[in-house]
Amino acid sequence: MATKEIETEKEYMRSGHMGCPGCGLASTIRLVMKVLGKNTIVVMIPSCVGPISANYPNSVFEVPCFHSAFEIAAPTAAGIANALKVQGRDDIIPVAFAGDGGTFDIGLQSLSGAADRDDNFIYICLDNEAYMNTGIQSSSSTPQNVWTMTTPGGRQGKKKKFMQIIAAHRMPYAATASFGHPHDLMAKVKRAKEIKGTRFIHTLTPCPTGWRMSEDLSAKSAMLAVETKIFPLYEIIDGTEYRITHEPQGLPVSEYTKMQGRYRHFTDEDVARLQRQVDEDWEHLVAQTKGIC
Amino acid sequence: MKQLLQGNYAVAEAVRLARVQLVAAYPITPQTPIYEKLSDMELEGKLTGVMMRTESEHSAMAACIAASLTGVRTFTATASQGLALMHEMLHFASGNRVPIVMCNVNRVVAVPWAFGSDQSDSLSQRDTGWLQFYCEDAQEALDTVIQAYKIAEQSLFPVIVAIDGFFTSHFMEPIEIPDQATVDAFLPPFSIPTRFNVEDPAFISNVVSPEQYMVYRERSFADMEKTRPIIREANREYQDIVGRGYEVVEAVNTDGAEIVLVTSGAMTSTARVAIESLRAKGYKAGLLKIKAFRPFPAEEVQEALKSVPKVAVLDRNISLGKEGIFCHELKSALYPLERRPTVTGYIAGICGADVSPEMIEDMVVEALKRDKPTDLPVWVRRETWLQKK
Repeated sequence: MATKEIETEKEYMRSGHMGCPGCGLASTIRLVMKVLGKNTIVVMIPSCVGPISANYPNSVFEVPCFHSAFEIAAPTAAGIANALKVQGRDDIIPVAFAGDGGTFDIGLQSLSGAADRDDNFIYICLDNEAYMNTGIQSSSSTPQNVWTMTTPGGRQGKKKKFMQIIAAHRMPYAATASFGHPHDLMAKVKRAKEIKGTRFIHTLTPCPTGWRMSEDLSAKSAMLAVETKIFPLYEIIDGTEYRITHEPQGLPVSEYTKMQGRYRHFTDEDVARLQRQVDEDWEHLVAQTKGIC
Repeated sequence: MKQLLQGNYAVAEAVRLARVQLVAAYPITPQTPIYEKLSDMELEGKLTGVMMRTESEHSAMAACIAASLTGVRTFTATASQGLALMHEMLHFASGNRVPIVMCNVNRVVAVPWAFGSDQSDSLSQRDTGWLQFYCEDAQEALDTVIQAYKIAEQSLFPVIVAIDGFFTSHFMEPIEIPDQATVDAFLPPFSIPTRFNVEDPAFISNVVSPEQYMVYRERSFADMEKTRPIIREANREYQDIVGRGYEVVEAVNTDGAEIVLVTSGAMTSTARVAIESLRAKGYKAGLLKIKAFRPFPAEEVQEALKSVPKVAVLDRNISLGKEGIFCHELKSALYPLERRPTVTGYIAGICGADVSPEMIEDMVVEALKRDKPTDLPVWVRRETWLQKK
């Protein structure tokens, strides 16, 4: 899909959202909605999608939207999908937008249940690596040793390897995507749209507010996360077939960490440890694409 | 034609007859046979809708809310811990004004772990904005589930139909199952305002201001008051078409009674025997069965008890720090009366503990001797009752 095409396509997310300047979620939602189009029902949950969606009587979406509860993005979309099936309207796609807290933490069980039933909806995880809507608290998606308001000395746990949990559910389609690579992201949403069943797209959505960086660095940080191999772009078909969709440049992780205040306390040794972890994870991913592990 | 059925199966028959389009459920004792029976019906092609086998009661209710907003008739069943887990979603359902019908099979809530009947699970959901009906037997459960759909869809409030765990849920009773045409004549196809319309998109449950929130609650309160005539009318219509009905309260021999025993749920059947026996012994004793807990039938209770000097309330539930919950609600309903009866609360049958007609008779006789009202309930257990004898 050409950049020009993206610029001219009809928008299903209106202007005037109430997110912070440079919000990675807002940009991601906009691209997703462009591809999904008119026959979509948006399910959102408490997360930064809340302020982005705007308050009553306004709505940022040009499609029906339901503000559901925190831990039930998946069963809400699943309930809508099954009702649409009863009504013979499965041309309409429910899409759930949930943050990392709503996906990695509180919504994990209900997502697992819906994926197990292979209910017919698309789930977009908007991962900004902490509970940003409540003001930067650590989640199980927050990278190790990173600063948040609840991990002022750096988080002890490691970021959950969530796509492995997703793969274990053998969903027909799962992918990682980034608005820093918009064509790749939109192609994946398009692909997901053409498949039935539970489809999952994990997007990394930079948060200038919570990542402690300038608001004009959102797109750059998204791109660098991919090019440093911190957040590789790939697809998983039926939970087994891995495919890398963008060959990263393999820039040093310091290119990514040095622009963010949440990594400010990192020593050279910390950065080196992160680099080793990223390299290991990358090798593992490459092995998965070859079906070795 | 009558069939010998356990109460859980009677509820499942009602769900089938109501042409429910989406069932979302999760197993929990003593509700599970409802879920199993509906699964059998699905396999046999008798259930018109979709079954969602969710990973928790919380998700079952989430799915029912979403499906109901999308425009299909939904059902779930639960009990005890399952209902407690759903608590957040119960507020969410009534706030979204979705006409879900749920059967709650009353069971104690842990701790201690146990399984017997106790209304505390559903009564502690009092303020979630659901209508609540307590059934005496399996026939009433079947009829109430069907009526509940009409009430829910006309009022846009969700409804809990409660039955006593193991007593009503598992006892076999001869049940009259209406035929499909009869139920169809009573219950029209599901039709509520479309909430998700891609041609005319809207935002459901958006964030509002404090002022807007309060207005919404005030209107919800007013709407709940409007369910009273809807409940009455649904029952009258059901009676006309099906030939059976149940008022929000049932008063038996309350006129001229020196004492009235107030009950709810399955213990009412036992109480009927006790009251008959007392009357045979010369006591002017009456019975008031309360079926509707929300909205609470305050006017009906006042009407039945306005000239009664003494009242005994039998509760299979307890609110620590206060008293039996029906007793508490009843006292509050009686407050506007000029001459209020002396009310005594009795706690019995907790966790399905045995309550015999003789035990109930003794409660009524004891209450008759009391001249002062008290907030302290009298606990009646078979063991201590036998010792007293």
